[in-house]
Amino acid sequence: MNELRRDATPPEPAVAAAVERRGRDPSQLLQLLRELQEHYGWLPPAAIGSLARELRLPLARVRGVASFYSFLSMEPAGRYRVLFSDNVTDRMQGSTGLMTEFCRSLWLEPGRVAENGLISVDTTSCTGLCDQGPGLLVNGRAIPRASPERLELMRELILAERPVEDWPAELFVIEDNVRRRHILLDAGLRPGEALAAAIARASAAGPESAASARSWREGIPQGDGAALAMLREIEASGLRGRGGAGFTTAAKWSACRAAPDGPRYVVCNADEGEPGTFKDRVLLTSHADLLLDGMTVAALCTGAREGFIYLRGEYRYLLERLTATLEKRRRTGLLGRSLLGHKGLDFDVSIHVGAGSYVCGEESALLESLEGKRGIPRNRPPYPVTHGYLGRPTVVNNVETLCAAALIAVNGGDWYRAVGTPKSAGTKLLSVAGDVARPGVYEYPYGVSVREVLGDAGARRTLAVQVSGPSGTCVDAAEFDRRIAFEDLPTAGAFTVFDDTRDMFEVARAYAHFFAHESCGFCTPCRVGTSMLVGILDKIHRGRGSLHEIEEMSRLNPVLQASAHCGLGHTACNPVIDTLKRFRPAYERHLTKLRFAPDFDLDAALGEARRMTGRDDPGAHFTGEG
Amino acid sequence: MSTQPTFELDGFEVPFDDGQTVLQAALAAGRYIPHLCYHPEFTPHGSCKVCTARVDGRTVATCTTPARAGMRVESANEEMDGLRSTLVQMLFAEGNHFCPSCETSGNCVLQALGYDLGVLTAGFRHMFPVRPVDASHPDILLDFNRCVLCELCVRASREVDGKGVFAIAGRGIDKHLVVNSESGRLADTDIALGDKALEVCPVGAILRKGVGFSVPIGSRRYDLRPISAQALNDAPRTRKEPP
Repeated sequence: MNELRRDATPPEPAVAAAVERRGRDPSQLLQLLRELQEHYGWLPPAAIGSLARELRLPLARVRGVASFYSFLSMEPAGRYRVLFSDNVTDRMQGSTGLMTEFCRSLWLEPGRVAENGLISVDTTSCTGLCDQGPGLLVNGRAIPRASPERLELMRELILAERPVEDWPAELFVIEDNVRRRHILLDAGLRPGEALAAAIARASAAGPESAASARSWREGIPQGDGAALAMLREIEASGLRGRGGAGFTTAAKWSACRAAPDGPRYVVCNADEGEPGTFKDRVLLTSHADLLLDGMTVAALCTGAREGFIYLRGEYRYLLERLTATLEKRRRTGLLGRSLLGHKGLDFDVSIHVGAGSYVCGEESALLESLEGKRGIPRNRPPYPVTHGYLGRPTVVNNVETLCAAALIAVNGGDWYRAVGTPKSAGTKLLSVAGDVARPGVYEYPYGVSVREVLGDAGARRTLAVQVSGPSGTCVDAAEFDRRIAFEDLPTAGAFTVFDDTRDMFEVARAYAHFFAHESCGFCTPCRVGTSMLVGILDKIHRGRGSLHEIEEMSRLNPVLQASAHCGLGHTACNPVIDTLKRFRPAYERHLTKLRFAPDFDLDAALGEARRMTGRDDPGAHFTGEG
Repeated sequence: MSTQPTFELDGFEVPFDDGQTVLQAALAAGRYIPHLCYHPEFTPHGSCKVCTARVDGRTVATCTTPARAGMRVESANEEMDGLRSTLVQMLFAEGNHFCPSCETSGNCVLQALGYDLGVLTAGFRHMFPVRPVDASHPDILLDFNRCVLCELCVRASREVDGKGVFAIAGRGIDKHLVVNSESGRLADTDIALGDKALEVCPVGAILRKGVGFSVPIGSRRYDLRPISAQALNDAPRTRKEPP
């Protein structure tokens, strides 16, 4: 051990222990940084340096990773780090005013750490509590339903320096808010039932499976039979990915299975980051066994022996509960070696927790992050099904897709296909939030109209619905008969409702800020373009807008569409283009000049001189602006 | 060699070897596609997007798109050059690029691309970021104002020098180049004057001190020939021998 160490600096004890726990594995870098962030409350230079030495990584690389993720901080944060969720739904529920008042009551400026180091307050991207917002994170723990009373309680607890672990449990109660159930939320399967059903399908498998050239795993009584029979059901079901792209699940699994021999992986994408989406939160909270059954079925079909759940950092509070579920499944033969007593049928799952990055929901960025790197989407081809985690064949599926696969294992592909529309089989969970009486998770067969959802959720005087979040589509009242389906309005699940009191320009501006904040910065068009878009919208917001700005935005859109590296950049202008098309007056109301208005305000620029000289007479003002 | 596969680029037939990307094959065949972060000696990574072209109807970065037989590439047209101009303008607006006072003027790929594509202004509002220079090293100056984040120095230091002197930190518009030392200063890294990483900067971000004007402005690389001609000179023209 000592001979391995090149220099004499002793490692930080917390770093040494964490590195040892994770097997001195550099691919665990992000998990280690996250654990050290939890331990220290930030990432002190000594800890980062020690970590780089222990993992034998260049210090610049460790800093590069640490600076990529929002929840990792290389500057001291407050001992209590309070982050207000900043989705547009949080704002509609009053988060901006609550944060201002909270800061005022603590004599604090947002984004700054208090002089005594006690507390820092800032905003963060949507935390997935839109149905019970405004949402908060306090030292990484989620708190719903922020209100003046609850914030006052928090303030007292913080000033008394009570550890967050000892705060009243009531503060952290998060409801499922399931409002409508169908085949998935109503499944009621026992843990392991889907896996047992998938294995049993082998007995129905015909001779062709025995003739299959590829032996999945020696020693399984059924050989390839179970896998092929199960894959056929997935194919028959018509199941498509629920994360947004809608890729055919059977094609993905088959391609991974057909990839050259060697280890392969099943990854569950639980990085539900699209603003306004929270349905995976409910699945992870109350249907974790269904998800794990689905992952195990995927492993059976692809030949994977190892799986990961990539859990978004905002859902860190679910880690202990999910870990307990994994433990229980290991004890009951549903995870680990010889699943359900079948020798050679091995599969285990570990959980990787994200650290605040929306782009990691993109599957190849997720894999980079899983390998402990900056979450930059990869160049494709090659695709993850052949070159995924650590360059090995990997399937990455959304939480909801894997849960649906478990249902199909039990009930069969034809049963599943009978629900929904011909091109969109099955059901879709919608995260309904915004201006509705009953926000929450609604499960519908595909093909449901926007109008029907609005009716069920108790929406009144609806102006617009943002379907699938900012990267999706904004529809207005003329389009409420459109249907949630891959062939009409595809969605990853967000369904955010705006009534006629809302300013759609401000909605689009909030979404533009989100994309600029979450751009990974890899490619020129997205890195620069999203920032420019924010600059233009902010200028209009300041009352300095003209047609020039509208034209500039229309010029940025095709550039991002055509040349951005990934979906984030492709869709970053959508909220602006969609709302410009449908709610142009909302923009025009903010415009002050026809052709061009300079952003530079000479009179405002003189303000500092006026303050310094104590003057405010007409002669100290510039009025000649034209 | 008549069996060599080909694809079509703007109506011309371009032969390619297995493993070549569209841009590599095009340059080898004497067909120029504007590019910035691509360098023939390093693994392409496709971040600047200047080499974007329409391939079988989809716009993709040609430096990272593997060549396939029969594909149809449309590159030399108004739409693609317009896209490239905007990308070059974005880079000009993002950093602090003052060509008249820059010692790399005439040797600068960004400037040369601008001239070649007819870019006359940044076209967008300048962002004027505050980026202090690092003059700590006795022989090398780092001027982050001009960095276009092509990561060539990162790749060169890692792939050729085996050092990892340079890395990328931050994200989004805050993404920036960093160096590998406790202090964050170049003087405290293990960079050496012979390092490949020193040679590859396409702009004036990594500079050798004391030689800035040894070649006078007016007789520099892109003063003599436009980048579209220079790039073809630089591209490997001989094909790889089959193993």
